[in-house]
Amino acid sequence: MIIKNKTIVDDDWTILRLAQNETAKNVMVPAGKIIVPLKVWLEQREQLLDRNELGVWIASDERPEMLKDDLDKFTVIAVDFPKFSDGRGYSIAYYLRARFGYTGELRAIGDVLRDQMFYLQRVGFDAFAPRPDRNIQDALKGLTDFSEVYQASVDKKMPLFRRVQRNGNAVDN
Amino acid sequence: MYRYDQYDQQIVNERVAQYRDQVRRRLSNELAEEEFRPLRLQNGLYMQIHAYMLRIAVPYGLLSTTQLRMFAHIARKYDRDYGHFTTRQNIQFNWIKLEDTPDILADLASVEMHAIQTSGNCIRNITSDEFAGVAADEVVDPRPYAEILRQWSTFHPEFAYLPRKFKIAVSGAEEDRAAIAVHDIGLSVRKNTQGEVGFRVFVGGGLGRTPIIGKVICEFLPWQHVMTYIEAILRVYNQYGRRDNIYKARIKILVKALGIEEFKRQVENEWAALKDGAGTLTSEELNRVSSYFTAPAYENIADTDSGLTSFKSENKAFASWMQRNVKPHRIPSYAIVVLSLKKTGRAPGDASAEQMDAVADLADRFSFGELRITHKQNLVLTDVKQSDLITLWKIAAANNLASPNIGLLSDIISCPGAEFCTLANARSIPLAKVIAERFDSLDFQHDIGEIELNISGCMNACGHNSVGHIGITGVEKKDHEEWYQVSLGGSKGNESSIGKIIGPSFSFDQVPEVIERILQVYCRERIEAERFIDTVRRVGIKPFKESVYATEITDGQEDDVLAFKPAQYSEPLYSPRF
Ligand code: SF4
Repeated sequence: MIIKNKTIVDDDWTILRLAQNETAKNVMVPAGKIIVPLKVWLEQREQLLDRNELGVWIASDERPEMLKDDLDKFTVIAVDFPKFSDGRGYSIAYYLRARFGYTGELRAIGDVLRDQMFYLQRVGFDAFAPRPDRNIQDALKGLTDFSEVYQASVDKKMPLFRRVQRNGNAVDN
Repeated sequence: MYRYDQYDQQIVNERVAQYRDQVRRRLSNELAEEEFRPLRLQNGLYMQIHAYMLRIAVPYGLLSTTQLRMFAHIARKYDRDYGHFTTRQNIQFNWIKLEDTPDILADLASVEMHAIQTSGNCIRNITSDEFAGVAADEVVDPRPYAEILRQWSTFHPEFAYLPRKFKIAVSGAEEDRAAIAVHDIGLSVRKNTQGEVGFRVFVGGGLGRTPIIGKVICEFLPWQHVMTYIEAILRVYNQYGRRDNIYKARIKILVKALGIEEFKRQVENEWAALKDGAGTLTSEELNRVSSYFTAPAYENIADTDSGLTSFKSENKAFASWMQRNVKPHRIPSYAIVVLSLKKTGRAPGDASAEQMDAVADLADRFSFGELRITHKQNLVLTDVKQSDLITLWKIAAANNLASPNIGLLSDIISCPGAEFCTLANARSIPLAKVIAERFDSLDFQHDIGEIELNISGCMNACGHNSVGHIGITGVEKKDHEEWYQVSLGGSKGNESSIGKIIGPSFSFDQVPEVIERILQVYCRERIEAERFIDTVRRVGIKPFKESVYATEITDGQEDDVLAFKPAQYSEPLYSPRF
């Protein structure tokens, strides 16, 4: 189960993570709906291009530019959060959406917790795979913590001061 | 001052609800402490052994008397009748129960306050010039920009999990009173030759283990671009700042590693995509925010002496107070008054609930109901009529708030040190107290004149030791005894510099004598009214070093330091460094 477009849905994608003895070059990518590591995509691009549906995931220390020209090849792009406190994934998402114009599914995977959901959605994530030991219903609530925000990001193209009429100090004398 | 509109209020109210739920989940163990930690930290809540410490944001150090009275209320209801004003113009309470924190935040929200981002690896409370809006040397009022940046940085979705904490300071006067060169980003608002407003932007300054003076990344950034430019800096930092080593994670290390030229290139490259975009500040928004920072209704008073001269001549204490604690206002019939929280024998920056109420009364009566917190941990009333100074002084003195020591030796900045902080190598506050007592003579202090003495219990430099004219730092030694390193020549402001360590470290009991010797060299070497820092700059640290180490310094001396009273609190431990 994952959260997608603010609802809980079944998920039939499998995330491929390299085992100790595997390399991006030699790993066997199983058939079906697989989200492969960016490195595997780069190494096995030719074979993988034949697939109907493919996903790729990017690690927090990898560069989103590596995917820039291939965005249309994927049904889903995932960003991995090795620890929820590793904030690089937020900028990766921002680049994919705001800079490179990616419009497909952008999924947060790894150490994804309720209290990061609101921020994650703001920078362009529309799918979330919360940590499996957590209640997914509960995680869903994290998306609605705030009803208004100050700054522009991927979700709101304009900052608050450009979106609404805010009144200044009324001169009252 | 700025007042919340419906949006600001709604965001803060929703924060209270969100946080209340986080605490509920923690108390019911749904959240592990490890997961709760960054959440509470982004809300200024530090874990101690016996209690929590809560740090409340005072945006750019400006607050109303209603807000100050709320602090007094919090001190009485949830703490032990006092609070501690910090070097970042905030306030901290030391004896807080986790269960109470949602209610405290709700109380704060009722007076347009919060504890958002007062710690954690995010953009912290923006600091500014404590005399903003009234300083005689002001070029541009920095407060509207500080408020605009406060809103921009509040819950910024992309920059909530940075490699490390991030501090921004803004100053708009000739003299930099906001120490902008030792912040992650320092902004100096100024005017160019055409009279247009813009910022000189510094980046990569900081204290701590590796004190560095910030570098200029942009000489003149037109005001419209302030948010997009900072966004570009933060985005580069968020991606490339080190995350493998907590001591190397601040932006200063990244700037140093890349070199300012390469760092600037990356920032400008990023900025090119943002410039003139939606994040560009509009004049409507600037005007809206500025409309809250208009001058109060000053009375038109002929600039008479109001009996001050004669009162000064008959009252020496008042005369010293006028000299040290009263600063020129841009309206000559008004004055800026600094209320000292540095009375000898007290922990620097502490104020009792009673004192807070007294200050609120003073501000209501004499200063349009507003006040400021300074980075030197004192309080300021910015708009006092000259003719009210005598009355104000009497009331302040009765409340132990009139020590005439602003900018003098006993106006010490000290971190909490070993009695409170788990990271400390040595005590700070008791040392501050012994020093203040040893040099308690005001005549002596006035003779020495302007000097900044800073004490930190360890290399993390929360007491800003590296930019103190005299800096004292607790250092690690194998024997686990308390040892202190002494540095000279540090300074913040327009001529920022990092102090130089004079030599091997000293024991607690030796430090006062070391300072005595340093001051003797100053008295010997100074030319006329030269300030301490200027003498150090002119003669270098050599003569000081020679004198300090010339003969052995015996421990203890006649001061009965060992009998010095321990802190009034039993054993709260926290780590303000985070
Ligand atoms: S971490 Fe900060 S507060 Fe603690 S001892 Fe070191 S300098 Fe002082």
